[in-house]
Amino acid sequence: MPAIQVDNVSRIYRKYSEQHRFKTFKSAILKGDLFKSLKADEKVYALDQISFKVGKGTTFGVIGENGSGKSTLLKVVAGISKPTSGRVHVEGKISALIELGAGFHPEITGRENIYINGVMLGLTREEIDKKFDEIVKFAELEDFIDAPVKTYSSGMYMRLGFSIAINVNPDVLLVDEVLAVGDAAFVPRCLDRIDEFRRKKKTILFVSHDLITVERICDRVAWLKNGKMITMGDPKRVIDRYIQDVKSKKETEFEKEQQEEEAKGDLEEERRENRWGNREIEIKKVRIMDLHGKEKHVFSPSEGMAVEMNFSAENHIKDFVFGIGLFNSQGVCCYGTNTVLEGYKSESVRGTGRVLCQIKTLNLTNGTYYLDVAAHREDGLPYDYHRNLYSFMVSSKNRDSGIYRPQHNWEFSPAVKFKKAK
Amino acid sequence: MRRLINKLKGLYKYRILIRTLVGRELKARYRGTVLGFVWSFVNPLLLLTVYTFVFGFILRPRDPSFDASPWSYALFLFCGILPWQVWFAASSMESSNILIAQGNLIKKMLFPTEILPIVSVTSNFIHFLFGLPILLLFVPLMGKPYTPYLLFLPVVILVQYVFTLGFCFLISSLTVHFRDIRDILTNLLTFWFFSTPIIYAMTFEPIQKHAVLRIFLNLNPMTHIMWGYQNCVYYGELIRWKRLGVTFIVSLILFFVGYYLFDRLRDSFPEEV
Repeated sequence: MPAIQVDNVSRIYRKYSEQHRFKTFKSAILKGDLFKSLKADEKVYALDQISFKVGKGTTFGVIGENGSGKSTLLKVVAGISKPTSGRVHVEGKISALIELGAGFHPEITGRENIYINGVMLGLTREEIDKKFDEIVKFAELEDFIDAPVKTYSSGMYMRLGFSIAINVNPDVLLVDEVLAVGDAAFVPRCLDRIDEFRRKKKTILFVSHDLITVERICDRVAWLKNGKMITMGDPKRVIDRYIQDVKSKKETEFEKEQQEEEAKGDLEEERRENRWGNREIEIKKVRIMDLHGKEKHVFSPSEGMAVEMNFSAENHIKDFVFGIGLFNSQGVCCYGTNTVLEGYKSESVRGTGRVLCQIKTLNLTNGTYYLDVAAHREDGLPYDYHRNLYSFMVSSKNRDSGIYRPQHNWEFSPAVKFKKAK
Repeated sequence: MRRLINKLKGLYKYRILIRTLVGRELKARYRGTVLGFVWSFVNPLLLLTVYTFVFGFILRPRDPSFDASPWSYALFLFCGILPWQVWFAASSMESSNILIAQGNLIKKMLFPTEILPIVSVTSNFIHFLFGLPILLLFVPLMGKPYTPYLLFLPVVILVQYVFTLGFCFLISSLTVHFRDIRDILTNLLTFWFFSTPIIYAMTFEPIQKHAVLRIFLNLNPMTHIMWGYQNCVYYGELIRWKRLGVTFIVSLILFFVGYYLFDRLRDSFPEEV
């Protein structure tokens, strides 16, 4: 018997237009057809025929972009909203971490709020008495527990909410993105608690944007997109597919943005401003591609990139250098090089041609990058200098910091022990 | 019907939650004020003072039942104003907003929504209970005797409780969909207040003479409830069993209709509030 069973669940949200609302009010009063007139004129599928089972003692992750239906799914499983069709069955006591401290009353003290919230979550007063000290200790609020909750910082508020919810000791824990607001010290402790739950063989449904955590703690993962389940199964496989999808979406967005800018003419102006030189060598076209020559703008750090410059030179030119530079969004030069620095001695160039610079692996951290390309004389006199006119993006699930991501791996002597990854 | 009754039975297991939430409302209401709970007494007293001054001393009650005394009229007034203003009107106004105000609970927690109007009616009921000793204290002060009929007060209170609850179920669930009700209610309550024998008595001559007026007032369930209070406290008479009995049945019907509607609309609350 699975702990959570979701069969063909759909959730339809109804959209009312303003006019309709007025009509409803009038017809509800005049004709009395209250229920009939509550029908909406437009339907939005927040969940569309979702089915899955979560076995007892396992952790099930749900990923997807904003608005994909993750939170709705969680609310349906929690019983907060009802599925329009389909069936949900949950075995055992549920605790839902959807919004921490949702039931707090700002005017009364933390102590009183613990009791009230605990009762709301289904505890008796005696049970709360027993757990009270632990709740306060975990929330680190010993000094403030008798102050009204309205005086709490948002972090304190959240800690107290989490601490109560986790101490309800449910059989099924539903977690919705609540850890996103915690500070650096509290989030790991929350995750520890969730790990403890897993060790105790409790069932967890975990909704998050934090793919690393999802991959670490979940046994199975489902990916929702526009209310539909795209795929479900092994965390690594699902997350990789999700990342691929996000990248390709970013790629189309990137292209669209570029086209829009071009249409607006902004790009032209920017081009004039950020481009200089006497054009004895003119860089006509620059393309950013992957190593197979396919145009691309969103890369992962381990991918390679190629920059292609198509140029034309009317006259015979003997003194020339081709160079590129990569800048991050803060304007820091991540890397710059040119043909002279790499030991190429110029002899002559004439007519049209192309220069291709291939970067085997980007090794950059996440972010948007800008590209300089240039052709100039060895003493620096520019023929054609393009300043930050081209951009690309690096996107991955990594959260490492800095500007450079050297390829690396870790090794440990046997004395260093880690929790087993599944 | 069976389903509704089962749901109502289910409510019993939330009694601790209801108690806790009523406690929270009472605690939070006057938190931060200097007078605190004293406000529960002061509010009806101030209201009473104004009405006594205007209707007792300026307009002067002409009806023989008040012995031409403004003070005995004040007691009569208090019998109606306390349950109406402190309990009924306050609960109705609060209920019209409560689902929206507590939207966080409905949207983010697994929470039995019908508790909210119950809590609202109950916490105002407790404010009413706080005012009750003042009312009883006024009886000898205004020169009236205590009578054994005071013992029927709980019966009247029960009828009002059921009626108020039913009305609040209706108001709270409908307001979620039609926010206009909040504004309509403000006006309705004023109109209703004057359509109920609170500042005047049913025994007044113009009412007894005018058949349409009498029927209109008799159709108003609150008339019989208020009359019940006046019977117990002011007149020192037996409550009108028949009238109050019919009112109780009407209240029960209103309660079930209100609860039924609330239950039907329940699933739409999380997305509408």
